[in-house]
Amino acid sequence: MTIAASLKKRLKYFDVEVSFSCASKSMMVMIGPSGGGKTTIIRMLAGLTAPDEGQVIFGEEVWFDSARRINVTPQKRRLGYVFQDYNLFPHLNLLDNAAFAAVDKKEVDGLFDLFKISHLRKRKPHMVSGGERQRCAICQALARHPRLLLLDEPFSALDVVTRRGLREELKSLKGSLSCPIIYVTHDINEALFLADEILPVVEGKNDDGWMQRTITREPGEGTAAKGAREPRLSLVY
Amino acid sequence: MDYLALYVTLKLALVTTVILMVIAAPIAYLLAYYRFPGKSLLEALVYLPMALPPTVIGFYLIIVMSPKGFIGHAWESLTGGSLLFTFLGITIASIIYSIPFAVSPMKAAFSKIDRRLLENAYVLGLSKRATFLRVIIPNSLNGIAAAAVLVFLHSIGAFGVLLMVGGSIPGETKVASIAIYEAVETMNYQAAGMIALSFIPISYAFLLLINKLNEDSRT
Repeated sequence: MTIAASLKKRLKYFDVEVSFSCASKSMMVMIGPSGGGKTTIIRMLAGLTAPDEGQVIFGEEVWFDSARRINVTPQKRRLGYVFQDYNLFPHLNLLDNAAFAAVDKKEVDGLFDLFKISHLRKRKPHMVSGGERQRCAICQALARHPRLLLLDEPFSALDVVTRRGLREELKSLKGSLSCPIIYVTHDINEALFLADEILPVVEGKNDDGWMQRTITREPGEGTAAKGAREPRLSLVY
Repeated sequence: MDYLALYVTLKLALVTTVILMVIAAPIAYLLAYYRFPGKSLLEALVYLPMALPPTVIGFYLIIVMSPKGFIGHAWESLTGGSLLFTFLGITIASIIYSIPFAVSPMKAAFSKIDRRLLENAYVLGLSKRATFLRVIIPNSLNGIAAAAVLVFLHSIGAFGVLLMVGGSIPGETKVASIAIYEAVETMNYQAAGMIALSFIPISYAFLLLINKLNEDSRT
């Protein structure tokens, strides 16, 4: 299955206007400075925000088409979406959180073993660390057997060491997943480490030169230069 | 001591609380999550009983519940009986009198839930209704409990509105606050004092409960 999208959305300071596609078993990393429209794009794929114009097509299914007035609800898209935080329901323990929408609740145990959080299954989200919460959030998304996995800066609230560990776990997990994965980050290292394809997005538009400008430390201008500081910092680690 | 009046009071407060929790939840949900034309008008209407003198509410309830009023007329043609001076009549009055105290804390609790949690529930395949039952309600239990306690306390204190709609029929509409009033009218201060005294531990215990709930929801 391939997810193909062509999206237009008017935002307050700029317009989002991108086209891309991502095939099964492939991870596309969307990278760019913060506030550049990446989350808006992901939300449009999930069906949480409607584009002004464009199409989202998954395999043979049309999820969104402005011309034909089609907009499939997020419930029916059957995808996994891991946010930076706020995936877990505070009133449920980790096990119930991961099993919340599981196709087969028995699979959750295996996922917990894989992500090494089995011993925390009875803990509530506020009683575990940020890294453990994000592990559980990924289990929650995977237990639903998603047809598309969206990860929106899932590790950026974590400390560097935890982040690197999870990044590696995700990379090794990637091979066993058969769905397309779209990963959002503003960290160039993370992008280079994980990506099969990279889609740089600056102010809502695809900007293929952004990565190179940022890495080679060309004196940039405006927001590109501002956003570039974050990845540069991360090159230290 | 007029145990019968106390019994009617507690029964009325309990029935009012249970029914209001069910009625108020969808109203609070609507007010917390949706924007629609006329929303502020609806919200003011829901809170209006709090701002009106109880006798004014009582007066309009008499008008609509009397055999000539639309509710009273419909009830009479359905059952042959009257709504005024019955327990059902004062239950309706009590519900309308207390509705702001149910909706307001529930709305506050619902609004406090992070929208991203709801969006995650939608992505995970839950309908809005299922999200309400499985995510919003379990994460608003403190607010719902606070609403229940407030409604209960407010209902046991109702006087004017119940007197107008229900009169003072022992075992049916004569609640404790009316019994106190009547005992004082007949200079029976001992009887009035006994009933009055029984309110203090009840109200005090419930206030402690509210404070506890508020503390819990802050942590």
